[in-house]
Amino acid sequence: MKLEELRYGTELLKRGFASMQKGGVIMDVVNAEQARIAEEAGAVAVMALERVPADIRKAGGVARMADPEKVLEIIDAVSIPVMGKVRIGHFVEAQVLEAIGVDMIDESEVLTPADEEYHIDKTQFTVPFVCGARNLGEAMRRINEGAAMIRTKGEAGTGNVVEAVRHMRAIQGEIRQIVGMDEQELRARARAIEAPYEILAETAKRGRLPVVNFSAGGIATPSDAALMMQMGADGVFVGSGIFKSSNPEKMAKAVVEAVHHYTDAKLIAEVSRGIGDPMKGLDVHELKDEERLQERGW
Amino acid sequence: MAGKKVGVLALQGDVSEHIRAFEEALGGAGAVVPVRSPADLAGCDALAIPGGESTTISRLIDESGLREAILSFEGGIFATCAGMVLVATGISDTRFAPLGLVDIAVDRNAFGRQRDSFEADLPVKGLEAPFHAVFIRAPLAVRAGQGVEVLATVPQGIVAVRQGKHIVLSFHPELGGDLRLHRMFLAGL
Repeated sequence: MKLEELRYGTELLKRGFASMQKGGVIMDVVNAEQARIAEEAGAVAVMALERVPADIRKAGGVARMADPEKVLEIIDAVSIPVMGKVRIGHFVEAQVLEAIGVDMIDESEVLTPADEEYHIDKTQFTVPFVCGARNLGEAMRRINEGAAMIRTKGEAGTGNVVEAVRHMRAIQGEIRQIVGMDEQELRARARAIEAPYEILAETAKRGRLPVVNFSAGGIATPSDAALMMQMGADGVFVGSGIFKSSNPEKMAKAVVEAVHHYTDAKLIAEVSRGIGDPMKGLDVHELKDEERLQERGW
Repeated sequence: MAGKKVGVLALQGDVSEHIRAFEEALGGAGAVVPVRSPADLAGCDALAIPGGESTTISRLIDESGLREAILSFEGGIFATCAGMVLVATGISDTRFAPLGLVDIAVDRNAFGRQRDSFEADLPVKGLEAPFHAVFIRAPLAVRAGQGVEVLATVPQGIVAVRQGKHIVLSFHPELGGDLRLHRMFLAGL
């Protein structure tokens, strides 16, 4: 094997990394101690953050990439992959996270967007990206920019699963509509939803997104997590739901169990017993338009 | 290899990719089934242990009661990436106890982080042309015991071994579309 012929950062390596996360739970953590709790509970990866989304909502102001010091502390604490969030369009924050060894970058609407016109050109990076989407058009555009994983957005930091359900249903339903379309119909649909034709055609052929599709944004209980799995998610992100609950260790383990046995209602009942209070949560209908994080990104 | 029944450990990781690859390698002459409980393993000639997070899969093996079933399984085992860590006799960290089915000592994440993941054309013993191997946060065998045949190495260490019917790889043959290692494994059952 000639070392000079090694290839890094290929699409296969990026999508392959995402495939290894399937059937797993990725948890938001803000320090090394939380990261260890997540790993111990069976998380497949952690998302290193300055604050969980519920606290970002409370704090207000501009939400940015976490301090690299904090991310490195988390990287040192665990052996599972560590992900980090950057602002939409902020390719330098992404370069910084790549430089310190983050395994996957989330170009996230939870942070304040840095570019209101362009998302990051993710093909320029060695590490893979995950991006949020509310509908098929958004998912197709993000994949076209190089995203190796899609997560339905939901409404982060609310502990309310309703938007996660809405977005998963939207994407699955739109895929069901395009399966069986002929080329002319697919071209018309591609124009209508502003999606690149080739990626839409591949999606129609496979009957699913060509990359791994996780659910995120509002998952707060083991039943919420299993709900998203039964609706067809490949795995789940749990943000504020773990460490804003009254017993994070127990909640973390229970959510992992529920995802692994998502069709086993008896087991979900068992792990949900006496689990303590989930995060308090917000009614998304009471949010003002500018408080809806899902509207960021397009 | 006709009529073989291959189980794919379906707890976490790239399970569907493994199922698809074995279905293609068998070419309709056999069956591929997901294995989630000891009962699923009954009647299988082989078990594939996929890539994923080895710590997570190890916990799930214990919870689902599969540890005993896998330890007493008499068929061949096809283990990739996380699977290599799981079947080893020794591993570099103490987060979980491996199954100890194949006499190798393994370093987890031996090449570094995701940015260090790579593709390479790898000469493999028994294959005429090099194999296009996909290494993703891959482990590495640092020691292989007697009775373990080394099939491929990189400068850092051992990346493919065979012990009896078992084939153990630190890379992902289920991702590249090249099924020669799957066929080599099926032929050895």
